[in-house]
Amino acid sequence: MSSTSVPAAALPAQKSGPSDRARAETRLGQKLVAPAIVLMLVVTAFPMLRAIYLSTFDYALTAPDDRNFVGLGNYLTALTDPLFWQTTGVTVLYMVVTVAVELVIGFIFAMVMHRVIFARGVIRTSILVPYGIITVVSGFAWQFAFSFQNGFINGWLPFVGDEFNWFGDTTPAVIAIMVSEIWKTTPFMSLLLLAGLAQVSEDMIEAAKVDGATWTQRLTKVILPNMRAAIMVAVLFRALDAYRIFDNIFVMTAGAQRTESISFLTYRQTIEQFQLGLGSALSVLLFLSVLLVAFLIVKLFRVDLAQARQES
Amino acid sequence: MKNRIGTVVGCLLILVWCLLPVAWIISLSFKSEAAITTGSPGFFPADGAGAGWDNYKAVWDNEQFRRAILNSIGISLIATLLSVIVATLAAYAIARLEFRGKKLVLTISLAIAMFPVVSLIGPLFDMWRAIGLYDTWPGLIIPYMSFTLPLAIWTLSAFFREIPWEMEQAAQVDGATSWQAFRKVIVPLAAPGVFTAAILTFFFAWNDFVFGISLTSTENARPIPASLSFFVGADPFNRPASLLAAGAVIATIPIIVIVLIFQRKIVAGLTSGAVKG
Repeated sequence: MSSTSVPAAALPAQKSGPSDRARAETRLGQKLVAPAIVLMLVVTAFPMLRAIYLSTFDYALTAPDDRNFVGLGNYLTALTDPLFWQTTGVTVLYMVVTVAVELVIGFIFAMVMHRVIFARGVIRTSILVPYGIITVVSGFAWQFAFSFQNGFINGWLPFVGDEFNWFGDTTPAVIAIMVSEIWKTTPFMSLLLLAGLAQVSEDMIEAAKVDGATWTQRLTKVILPNMRAAIMVAVLFRALDAYRIFDNIFVMTAGAQRTESISFLTYRQTIEQFQLGLGSALSVLLFLSVLLVAFLIVKLFRVDLAQARQES
Repeated sequence: MKNRIGTVVGCLLILVWCLLPVAWIISLSFKSEAAITTGSPGFFPADGAGAGWDNYKAVWDNEQFRRAILNSIGISLIATLLSVIVATLAAYAIARLEFRGKKLVLTISLAIAMFPVVSLIGPLFDMWRAIGLYDTWPGLIIPYMSFTLPLAIWTLSAFFREIPWEMEQAAQVDGATSWQAFRKVIVPLAAPGVFTAAILTFFFAWNDFVFGISLTSTENARPIPASLSFFVGADPFNRPASLLAAGAVIATIPIIVIVLIFQRKIVAGLTSGAVKG
């Protein structure tokens, strides 16, 4: 393919005097990624801009012709409402607790899978079951398990009365939701950590052993530092995932007992109450808070994103 | 020796952790309605309290539920197929070509993978109603494609980097036409990666809930997770647990089958996309 009659000025500036071949390669590359880029942006960037626009109106679908420009009024309404801060607090709590617990259990699972020689397929298959199962289904399974009417958990836990209603108060309801979240996503975490474990060279661990390091020392001085990048990527992915928690809350408590997350609040305002203006403002705030969480994690833990992005 | 015992205990722990809730929901689906409302009925169906296959029959006879299954299968398969085609083009370019904007593609993918889906449902709801996509199959297929592309692009570009592309030239030197070289050499090498990306994409589409409840309103396009969550029996204050459990089991069967057949591929795909070897 020789270059067509495109004037040189229209081409992206490259290092001086690119060959025809390099130019053709750039054009082909950009053509091949174009459909993916367009698709990703059409459903995300464009609606997001629309949300910013809608959020400046007092606009409800119950009165579609009655649209008033209110500027930043919706943001003021949201940010001065204690409900907004309460749901944000609960969401952060979900995120911190589930990710911390998952990191520990996931690491134990990864260690076991790393060492296991027999029944590899069985273990791998069962670890994928929670990963693949529909979140709504896992929400139902745990809700019925915790329920005092038809569950078994009250019967199995010695320190809980048989008639105890897990969904009757904030703390136990939040715990029940966290359990369902942790159950479903620990396998994903453990698979990412397993990939990280596989990268730690056995020779180094052997060398530490020969030098007389105890098991604990080998773990904290050799294995964990070498897995740092993998751990951070796993934490970043899971934390942002947990921050968006929605499905299991919808199924298990429908947001009752102050178990509502920030995603759930946004959904309720937008779809159930048709408050598109206020809902859009909440959408924008949710988007910004996800950005903030991502930024904080990347900065605090100095996550190496090149690892996640796989730069060759 | 001590290590060995620890590993065995660990394996058992993993098995119980992963399979107990699944066993529970299966057990629940075989209990009769009367048996589960008497308070703490225990884990397994008690003698005489089993419902046999009745719950499954009742769910299967429910028109809403059958439509939802069909919707889910159709929408997920179409979204998977289209998403994998688009992602394959992009991943090929990322793995093999040098071009400006490569970093940008990867950055956008990463950003989309972390995007709060709920932020979009207000404006999408509004837009879809305006252009007539609300409550239709394409109305769900399009967002599913957008949100599965990042995962598919990552997985595929990780796989494509491993392919020895010189073999294509080698085949041509040996006298194959470029089409033959592509079909006989590259396609078999690339197929496992494409397949893995397809499975992961299908999981996402099958699992989605937020779009499913926000962008549909009737059986026209409502997928199975949404349908299950809106499924109430005769008494809305007392959800028919055993019926729902039967529905949940039916909805889980495709996932379990895929996991059983392709577990090795799925693990490879999940770990290759996230951590570079």
